[in-house]
Amino acid sequence: MSFQIPIGPQHPALKEPISLRMTVEGEVITDVDMRLGYNHRGMEKLAEEKSWLQNIYVTERICGICSHSHATCYVQGVEKLMELAPPRRGLYIRYLVAELERVHSHLLWLGVAGHEAGFDSFFMYTWRDREIVMDLLEMISGNRVHYAINTLGGVRRDIDEGQKAKILEGVATLRKRSEYYFYIGANEPSFVARIAGVGYLSKESAIALCAVGPVARASGVARDVRKDDPCAVYGELDFEVATADTCDVLGRVVVRVKELLESYKLIEQMVKGLPAGDIAVKAPRKAKPGEVVSRYEAPRGENIHYIKANGTDKPERLKVRAPTLANYPATVEMLRKGFIADIPLIFAAIDPCICCAERTVTLVAAGSGEESVVRMSDLRRQALARHQNAPVKRNAVWPL
Amino acid sequence: MLNKLTRWSRIKSPWILHLNSGACNACDIEIVAALTPRFDVERFGILLKATPRHADVIIASGPVTRQIRDRIIRIYDQVPDPKFVIAVGACAMSGCVYRGAYNIMGGIDQVIPVNMYVPGCPARPDAIIDGVVKLLGKL
Ligand code: SF4
Repeated sequence: MSFQIPIGPQHPALKEPISLRMTVEGEVITDVDMRLGYNHRGMEKLAEEKSWLQNIYVTERICGICSHSHATCYVQGVEKLMELAPPRRGLYIRYLVAELERVHSHLLWLGVAGHEAGFDSFFMYTWRDREIVMDLLEMISGNRVHYAINTLGGVRRDIDEGQKAKILEGVATLRKRSEYYFYIGANEPSFVARIAGVGYLSKESAIALCAVGPVARASGVARDVRKDDPCAVYGELDFEVATADTCDVLGRVVVRVKELLESYKLIEQMVKGLPAGDIAVKAPRKAKPGEVVSRYEAPRGENIHYIKANGTDKPERLKVRAPTLANYPATVEMLRKGFIADIPLIFAAIDPCICCAERTVTLVAAGSGEESVVRMSDLRRQALARHQNAPVKRNAVWPL
Repeated sequence: MLNKLTRWSRIKSPWILHLNSGACNACDIEIVAALTPRFDVERFGILLKATPRHADVIIASGPVTRQIRDRIIRIYDQVPDPKFVIAVGACAMSGCVYRGAYNIMGGIDQVIPVNMYVPGCPARPDAIIDGVVKLLGKL
């Protein structure tokens, strides 16, 4: 007998809350239907009523976790429209903040993955260490989450020598901590056993379904805007695109941990090689008519902004394609043939949102129409119980 | 006697429910950050609960979008009396940058009564803790 399980639409943490309707045969998911459009705030329309400069504030508030990504993507596009060339020091500071944001986002996500897999001390550890990055970001920009460092034509705040030293110190600590996580991972066979083989997405389907970001990279597709279409500073810096070929949640963890290390490398290079000079140039109030597509590699994948100008001081159209949206088709594929117990884990693996764990699931018996409401936390408990008896690979090593 | 006991336990260990009504995530990660080792609200006996039926205090973030309005009222009704609402962030207070967008109702207080406002965009974890502690002081 097959059941239908609706999940959502109250899906607190996503910027695009969605409703999932899963058809299950016993424990196995046979089909997934996605409904989008809940919790829609009308940001794109709102952007048309605000000036070019005010819109930085608006785009930053599209998402709180990758706030800098959206603002950077928007600013890049507008600068192209206005034919502005930001000074190199400004660009370095901009992308320095971008990499710090990637670190904070990936640490946050690692914690969530640990929580979903039932490894709560890992969650507490990574969130404790995340505070180091938050402090650095606060020191540079003055705010913990919405940094507001971007402006048209550069950045708003400069970095001095003392701050540079603090950043390097913080990164050194973080690198040590990240290596410690590898150690924990390598000695924690139950964690590896829980996440290996869950949420399989083959390389072919990752390409066919246009997956982006760590999800695509974990399936062996080396897709990274920073490498493929290097904007501004990334062309001058030395880093690698982290990939894994296990195609499962384990691979996604590995990719993100590797990316953390690459980000530390990038941060060190940028701090050490920070060019002298101004941090911003003056931007005009209006932009010439034209249109532009701006791409940026956000922590979760490729972020695209399309901006159209009509010669006034406001955009005529701003279209945002956030990475999470691009990953939905791939998520459907991952969930198919998975177990109900794995839903939280697979879902958390595409999007680093802690509040995902708090949504309600209604189980509807197709035959009798009987409903029972299950909390995501209960699902998690079921998942843990199911895996407690799973054979544990001894001496399993985290393939890093 | 019993009254004293319930009052004491309410002050000593309020259970909170985190409610997001269309926030940009930033306020939410700051609320979660308040639960993790650096800020650690559990030392005040504050515990995050997943279900409204166990909660005493609703910590709400975000402007109210039209679709989520009825859901918020339903969740508010499910919380047992006495219940308190803390609005975290500029959005929950007034709608913040989204104010005037076609799908936004404004602050949380348009929909349910609010006891305490914590300003900020996003509010810092220290501010959120301060809000909760001040609310407890009022009891
Ligand atoms: S108050 Fe600011 S940070 Fe909080 S949800 Fe609203 S826009 Fe986001």
